Amino acid sequence: MSIRIREFRGKGIAIRGNDIDTDRIIPARFMKCVTFEGLGAYAFNDERVDAEGKSKGHPFDNPSFAGHPVLVSNANFGCGSSREHAPQALRDWGIRALICESFAEIFAGNCSSLGMPAVTLGHDEINELQKLLEKEPDIEILINLENLTIRAKDKEWKASMTDAYRNALLDGSWDSTAVLIEAGSDIDKVAEELPYI
Amino acid sequence: MAGKNLFEKVWAKHKVRTLPSGQDQLFIGLHLIHEVTSPQAFGMLREKKLSVRYPGRTFATADHIIPTDDISRPLSDPLAEEMLKALEANTGEYGIQYFGPESGKQGVIHVVGPEKGLTQPGMTIACGDSHTATHGAFGAIAFGVGTSQVRDILATQTMAISKPGVRRILVNGKMPDGVTAKDLILAIIGRLGVNGGLGYAYEYAGEAIESMTMEERMTLCNMSIEGGARAGYVNPDKTTYDWLKGKPYIKDFESMVAYAEEIKSDTDAHYDDEVVFEAGELKPMVTWGINPGQVVAVDEGLPSVDSLPEDEKETALRAYEYMGFSENEKMLGKKIDVVFIGSCTNGRLTDLREAANIARGKKVADTVTALVVPGSQEVARAAEEEGLDKIFRDAGFQWRLAGCSMCLAMNADKLKGRQISASTSNRNFIGRQGSPTGRTLLLSPAMAAAAALAGEIVDIRNTGAAS
Repeated sequence: MSIRIREFRGKGIAIRGNDIDTDRIIPARFMKCVTFEGLGAYAFNDERVDAEGKSKGHPFDNPSFAGHPVLVSNANFGCGSSREHAPQALRDWGIRALICESFAEIFAGNCSSLGMPAVTLGHDEINELQKLLEKEPDIEILINLENLTIRAKDKEWKASMTDAYRNALLDGSWDSTAVLIEAGSDIDKVAEELPYI
Repeated sequence: MAGKNLFEKVWAKHKVRTLPSGQDQLFIGLHLIHEVTSPQAFGMLREKKLSVRYPGRTFATADHIIPTDDISRPLSDPLAEEMLKALEANTGEYGIQYFGPESGKQGVIHVVGPEKGLTQPGMTIACGDSHTATHGAFGAIAFGVGTSQVRDILATQTMAISKPGVRRILVNGKMPDGVTAKDLILAIIGRLGVNGGLGYAYEYAGEAIESMTMEERMTLCNMSIEGGARAGYVNPDKTTYDWLKGKPYIKDFESMVAYAEEIKSDTDAHYDDEVVFEAGELKPMVTWGINPGQVVAVDEGLPSVDSLPEDEKETALRAYEYMGFSENEKMLGKKIDVVFIGSCTNGRLTDLREAANIARGKKVADTVTALVVPGSQEVARAAEEEGLDKIFRDAGFQWRLAGCSMCLAMNADKLKGRQISASTSNRNFIGRQGSPTGRTLLLSPAMAAAAALAGEIVDIRNTGAAS
């Protein structure tokens, strides 16, 4: 069993935009590697610097957000390629939890496998939280997974999260391999019944 | 009581148990791996002191980083060489069948699986690649997964997954001349949106689907993921069986067919949702923006931002800015710099034939660099036997070696600067084709070939070559 994650507390970083795909989170040319180590340096690379290497003013390079672990973004975050390099790059940069309007399914699953809460709020609530962060970057966000609420300053919102991913964080089964191994010979029984390979 | 659909039947046969989290533990009958998303999974196995539970159910090839000009070893890119070596070492150590570049059997994993007959009806298939949905064309349920799940499948041959609902996409009627499976899937994504499929697997059905070849069905299922669906499939039929007959990994054809007939959707099957399309209304499609849902018929105007749903406006504004296009313009007549024909979406023999039919006896425009990248070494050989390579070369196309190439530009095949590419691949994301400012227009192989000749987007229906 992995550790149980009941809540996460930390400062936030607002990344505005819908449909932020995993190619934007980590461009394919930085995936020429056999480990995930060091990918954080290239997170959002092409959104952060132009062809001459000059900063484009991305929130990841805004000193007010430096080291903030809660990423707050909009709809369909993490769409596109299934590359786990994307959440791994965010994690390596320092992100530990995500609050968005919605997530692409494979991306949400990948976050779950890494023990990173990926929680959703409505469009207006996300907008409110982003505005709050842009005004006061140092406020603390509290994600409570037990009663599924998000608190920031004097605000509290009811959040949503895929039940299975929430349960896995709460009961510490998000590092799935050990749980799957427990099925033991039941796995072989299914295999024996199959008419192929 | 309503009957069952294929997805439910196959799921039930592969379910090991319900996990404490509420997800199901699903047995994966066929696991495919490649060089980009597997080395870390093998690393995690070693860290956990685990082994590969069913090495005979995993197959590997190298596709993403393979150069398409020279594959002599060591590869000129040392990082690519390191990834290839890692795959060779990992497959060797755990006894996994590997189709390397020297074997003559290498190619894009989603082209190789079907052409070897590894992909069969009623299987559960997973691969650390979102376009695994392709294999659904054979009536398999096939999922793209992340690297942690690749690790889980290597270690247990199972994965934790929530069962999605099933939406039937019913496509009535016949496709008009010049309109392909690529145009259909782009139209589906355009109408339902890039996250319209969230929570669903898609069953594609109806007259238009039944009359499609296997290659067309693969193109269709391949891009299910671009529509936000977890998987896509077509019920197996005679077209499926005829295509698979005699393929190397089909051990017992009769029992494969018997199983396929058992698991295909009942005529009174239940679906969680249904969406209907009329094939006769479809036109050749071209994307104009930065996701595959930003797509129009070639002869129709680009949408005004005001006319779009609230949640699409922001991305549309960003797309217009990035692409340098304007509202109400048409894609018809847009100048292009590069043409890429290939990928797991459209890199099969029939795709190359369609493109070659357009290119035969013509010349690529002086302003255009055009690449044809076969989906696999087997596709390349078959195309060369038919003389397609000569047709392409004579017309000024570059005839390259098999791989993913400029679909995601992990090898040396990249756009430069703000070049615009007409591409038969599956994603038009910002920077996708290797230049952080490069632009991609997605379209069918015939439309791509026609664009290469004209130097601009043309309507294949007006070239006299549509049928």
